[in-house]
Amino acid sequence: MSVLHIVNKSPYDRNSFETCLRLALPGSAILLIEDGVYAARKPSSAADKLKQALGNHPLYALQADLQARGLAAESLVDGIQLVDYDGFVKLTTEYDKTQSWL
Amino acid sequence: MATKKFLYINRKPPHGSVYALESLEVVLIGAAFEQEVTLAFIDDGVYQLLQNQDTSAIETKNFTPTFRALGDYDVNRIYVERESMELRGLVKEDLMPLTWEDEDDDWAEKDSIHVVSSAELAEIFEHQDVILNF
Repeated sequence: MSVLHIVNKSPYDRNSFETCLRLALPGSAILLIEDGVYAARKPSSAADKLKQALGNHPLYALQADLQARGLAAESLVDGIQLVDYDGFVKLTTEYDKTQSWL
Repeated sequence: MATKKFLYINRKPPHGSVYALESLEVVLIGAAFEQEVTLAFIDDGVYQLLQNQDTSAIETKNFTPTFRALGDYDVNRIYVERESMELRGLVKEDLMPLTWEDEDDDWAEKDSIHVVSSAELAEIFEHQDVILNF
């Protein structure tokens, strides 16, 4: 399997989210953690970009970070999969390598 | 002690760094010394006021309910920049209700949060003695 891309910064504060979308090959997965989870909240410009990425990438977000920030499941882009910390670890084992867009 | 007008500018999201928590603590200290306190939330700072934040799963202190105490310290000028809200797809109803009781108006409960334009916020900057950034 290919690369697990991890984004932990707000899409409105840094360009790491956009750079990740630009450089992630089809089939690689994208996991949003920490302030990166704000990208999943719709309606927003970041959510629109995430929606487009859904065709090419499995998308994940860390449940604990969503909950901390008051982002309910129903406010998120459709198709994004929520994972807990165990799921996070499992993802890192399922992909060959991880790329953290700090 | 002379009263000064303090503006606290908050531009960072709540849980990714310690800025938001530190800001709120300094705000409460300033208010306890009966200074005239105004808060502004700009850029990702608007996320600090989202409803229903629950940090139990990330095991950090959830300071966001403390925003509700601001009204009791007469901190009732809380300005949120409309342009920052719109970019993030947020409306006022997404924010936690923050109120204060107006003793000059039979303790009527009034809204502390004011969503204002960049131009209005720029005017508010003009009227301050001290501006602190978080």
